[in-house]
Amino acid sequence: MAETVASQAGVESRPPIDEVFLVDPSVRARRRQTVIVAVARIALAVAGLLAWELASDRLISSFWISSPSAIWSALLRFTADGQLVPAVWVTLLETAAGFAAGGAAGILVGLAFGISPIIARILDPYLVALNSIPRVALIPLFILWFGIGFETKVLFAATLVFFPVFLNTFAGARDVDRDLIDVIRVMGASRLDVIRRVFVPSALVWVFAGLRMSIPFALIGAVIAEMFTSNEGLGYLIAVTANQYDTAGSFASLLVTTVLGLVLTWGVSQAERRTLRWRSNNA
Amino acid sequence: MTPILEFRDLSKVFFKGEQRVHALAHVTAEVEEGELLAIVGPSGCGKSTLLNLSAGLMEPGTGEVLYRGQPLTRVNTQVSYVTQKDNLLPWRIVEDNVALPLELGAHAKLSKDDRRERIARYIELVGLTGFEKHYPSELSGGMRKRAQLARSLVYEPDVLLMDEPFGALDAQLKLVLQAELLRMWEGTGKTLVFVTHDLAEAITIADRVIVMSSRPGRIRAIEHIDLPRPRDVFGIRFVPGFGDYFERLWSALREDIHQGQEV
Ligand SMILES: Nc1ncnc2c1ncn2[C@@H]1O[C@H](COP(=O)(O)OP(=O)(O)O)[C@@H](O)[C@H]1O
Ligand SMILES: [Mg+2]
Repeated sequence: MAETVASQAGVESRPPIDEVFLVDPSVRARRRQTVIVAVARIALAVAGLLAWELASDRLISSFWISSPSAIWSALLRFTADGQLVPAVWVTLLETAAGFAAGGAAGILVGLAFGISPIIARILDPYLVALNSIPRVALIPLFILWFGIGFETKVLFAATLVFFPVFLNTFAGARDVDRDLIDVIRVMGASRLDVIRRVFVPSALVWVFAGLRMSIPFALIGAVIAEMFTSNEGLGYLIAVTANQYDTAGSFASLLVTTVLGLVLTWGVSQAERRTLRWRSNNA
Repeated sequence: MTPILEFRDLSKVFFKGEQRVHALAHVTAEVEEGELLAIVGPSGCGKSTLLNLSAGLMEPGTGEVLYRGQPLTRVNTQVSYVTQKDNLLPWRIVEDNVALPLELGAHAKLSKDDRRERIARYIELVGLTGFEKHYPSELSGGMRKRAQLARSLVYEPDVLLMDEPFGALDAQLKLVLQAELLRMWEGTGKTLVFVTHDLAEAITIADRVIVMSSRPGRIRAIEHIDLPRPRDVFGIRFVPGFGDYFERLWSALREDIHQGQEV
């Protein structure tokens, strides 16, 4: 007992860890669960890949399902012949631009709706109508208007991004606590102050949820438009490999597209965590 | 001297869905400059409504609210309002929450140094030094109230409206905060309107207590509390006069509480 006290007094900068944090059954159970989950996930991935590799050409022709090793060499081939990096780059640019344009428009319209109920009532039926258009059907029109270049793809990605961001921002702006608004008005806030200091920050939680949700939409939009216009990007790579019956190549481009989507989503989540630090800090 | 706030024959009706709620009926009262007025009444009797009207956040149904003799026609930015609900901005740390009023309207003219000095002074006054960088979600209920108080005082308004500020706190913490509120208020000459449903709390801190009836809220009794200041909130209930005030006001309040239960 006396020993513990003495040793604790020795390390003043670091608070001593109570023994209970190491041995309490709840702590150990928690740790065990984390390990089980990690191991199971890896095992599942390995087993899946192995089964795929073994099934290929034994159970099902590799023409249909290719195989992990063939996909890997296709990936190396694309990298070596200089197709992959430019394709990723183009798709990334289109996705980012479409995301930015659609996101900005969604936030602006969502805030306007939230702040002015009259605007919301007037425009509501039009937005419902616009949202019901099957978006892919617009691509031929966009090509007609803007050609098969960058603009068509960005615009299409933006139309997919707009609605989730808009709907979330609108919900967020409606969710703003009336009490906060009252209190800041008594402090002498102008209308603009109320928007800047209460509406926008308060809606931000919802805005980010919308943005995070629509990153995959931006990527889908860019890829689909590329498949239509058939000149560059990952969508083009996917289409062209499939047309050539290059199953491995198709899978490889899909894989890269998926990874790109994951990376972008991760990026937005990071930005969200940083901006909404006050939420993750809940003690 | 004109009273700083004056309620003239105020009545107010709300719609709750299809139902009409008669919140206030013919309330006439005055708030003198520099006094600490407590308003007590059963819950739902229109106390918050009265404060909302004083802040100019809603219009009376009939009657009028006068501030320094002038009828209120818009939001009253001369007062500061600690509402019943917690309403710090959750995305701002304590320091930035306290800074909020100094970013707005006429207060924004303060120089940077003055502003920093004031914020630090009021954070210290409410005893939150060391918690400047904490988010509201990291504070206890009592500390959030302290932060709200600092935010209300930092722009040095003439009138402070407080709506059941200590209602949700445990009994001991309530006493501690009452003591601190009195320490901050005594000697400042500021007007404080303090709404509570706790009669003992009202008598403990106030110069004058108004008792309201249950809905529709009317004024049932007004009593001057002539207990000496500075007051000791922990010992005051054993001071001779306290019991008499309590009994008199309680008899005014009691009728309605029984009524309220039947409804
Ligand atoms: N903005 C409002 N809309 C509808 N009803 C309200 C509103 N504000 C208050 N009321 C109603 O008016 C009555 C008095 O409310 P309030 O002033 O909050 O009472 P208290 O603060 O004394 O508890 C209650 O029945 C309440 O439901
Ligand atoms: Mg109330």
